[in-house]
Amino acid sequence: MSAVSITEPTARSKWVAGILVTLYAVITLMPLAWIIMTGFKSGPDSISYPPKVVFEPSLEGYVNLFTTRTRLSQQAFQQLPPPETWYDRIVRDQGMVIAGQSRFGERFMNSVIIGFGSTFLSIFLGTLAAYAFSRFKVPLKDDLLFFILSTRMMPPIAVAIPIFLMYRTLGLSDTHLGMIILYTAVNISLAVWLLKGFIDEIPREYEEAALIDGYTRFQAFRKVVLPQATTGIAATAIFCLIFAWNEYAFAVLLTSGVAQTAPPFIPTIIGVGGQDWPAVAAGATLFLLPVMIFTILLRKHLLRGITFGAVRK
Amino acid sequence: MTDTPADRIARATPPAVARRIRGLSDRAIAWIFVAPTIFLLLAVNIFPLIWTVRLSFTNFQANRPNREVEWVGLRNYERILTDDGIWANMQATAHFLVWTIVLQVILGFALAWAINRKFRGNDLLTTLIVLPMMLSPAVVGNFWTFLYQPQIGLFNYAVSFVSGVPPSSFEMLGSVRLAPWAIIIVDTWMWTPFVMLICLAGLRSIPEYIYEAAEIDRASKWRQFWTITVPMVLPFLMLAVLFRGIENFKMFDLVVQLTGGGPGSVTELASINLKREAFEKWRTGYSSAYAIILFVTVFGLASIYVKALNKVKER
Repeated sequence: MSAVSITEPTARSKWVAGILVTLYAVITLMPLAWIIMTGFKSGPDSISYPPKVVFEPSLEGYVNLFTTRTRLSQQAFQQLPPPETWYDRIVRDQGMVIAGQSRFGERFMNSVIIGFGSTFLSIFLGTLAAYAFSRFKVPLKDDLLFFILSTRMMPPIAVAIPIFLMYRTLGLSDTHLGMIILYTAVNISLAVWLLKGFIDEIPREYEEAALIDGYTRFQAFRKVVLPQATTGIAATAIFCLIFAWNEYAFAVLLTSGVAQTAPPFIPTIIGVGGQDWPAVAAGATLFLLPVMIFTILLRKHLLRGITFGAVRK
Repeated sequence: MTDTPADRIARATPPAVARRIRGLSDRAIAWIFVAPTIFLLLAVNIFPLIWTVRLSFTNFQANRPNREVEWVGLRNYERILTDDGIWANMQATAHFLVWTIVLQVILGFALAWAINRKFRGNDLLTTLIVLPMMLSPAVVGNFWTFLYQPQIGLFNYAVSFVSGVPPSSFEMLGSVRLAPWAIIIVDTWMWTPFVMLICLAGLRSIPEYIYEAAEIDRASKWRQFWTITVPMVLPFLMLAVLFRGIENFKMFDLVVQLTGGGPGSVTELASINLKREAFEKWRTGYSSAYAIILFVTVFGLASIYVKALNKVKER
């Protein structure tokens, strides 16, 4: 840093800027902090007025998230043997007994299967297409690339009706495979555009050298280009995963039981007399956590990923 | 120009032939690599879109597949374009779009401007600020209904703490006047970081020497801001507006969870209304026409806008 730079902000303006941004960060993170906190509150604490900032932590929300519970008559309740496990005790303290498992685990697994499945497929197909667009003379290249991008402009509901009909005919509705294909189709535009940008940056000379050494195109692609593109592929994969992870419109329209993912499920968690907010918050926290971690890992590629590579930092 | 025998031989054996000896030609590889993607998009995007167009001219109902389907021509389109209810949805959508974009541009630009001062710890703060936009809109929207509870919610409590109005005196989600603002606030909360990131990229792309030259010419800071910073960031800002515009025109998940379109239908944006027609009332033909109208609108507006954007870029 040059000491004489006349455009360097003054110390005071830096200070003011720092305070304002910190203030914004505190306000903007409050709802997130509140979700995490509510997950560790007991039922009464979560709905007390004024809102409780200091509270006794409880795992009630998490236990309620993974179980279904039932109330017994006073008499039956007293005749029960003493609780055996810590989570039994938490449920008993609420005046209930565990009746079974909730569907959260299953819904979360669906999110994992569909998210990773569609990510793998988008990256596989996307890398091939991106490589071809980056290195070869594809006829109508610009038109095809624009076509791929434009599929992202469509409101999901605009194609949901025929997809619904098509899936019903093909037996794909409410299946993991159906959702994987669908999310792959939505993500592939992002994958092709982003990966093309990353591959464009790998010098062609590497491959040319490999070709001269007697590699075929396939070998050069596999042994020279792919290893060079690993970071880009990883970043793209996480963006595809985050999208599939968070998607709601298709999930709510096309799945009902078997393949339902977590986003349509979490809001339906109901407790006695209304939504069980600690359980909802616990579910939300578990669901949001991977994305928060990925965001921190991704910060270098963030801008490119969210703008299809249209803006580079 | 003389044509030597060597030239003729070179032309007779194009490099592709030489390469084919060691496997497939480049052209074939290009096709094999691109084909699956194109096929997938045709099957899951274009084919359904054409199907939607076809359905839009009929009175088909997806919940009654055995009923005889009648060809109704443009009647669905006519009914939609003359329906006052749909114009109200369009107005609600426009209101939502305009306000979210205005607020996000102002806040996002201001934040980027401040972060660009390069104070200590700004990288960490940038990462934290960006978190909301990476989360699931449906899950977040659902949780905001809790924050908006008049009796127990954090939002009302915070507002009353600052303004002195009792928290239970206003209901963000239940009031016809406030509900549109409730969704605007959450959308702004989620997406301001997006505009901020793009503005930041814009600010960082301005070379320092331009400011130095302006400083030598004794241009005031204010003048530098309007003649250098704003025009240089404008193309970036317009791109951010394009992305947000397209996304918010399609807005569904956040609003479904927050208000479900209510109270009454004041927050019933176009895609929520469309979902209701298609999957609750099962008026498939009618809602297909509706979907096509929406798609053409987004596509048309986006194309005009991109033209304007390119003009700004060329300047």
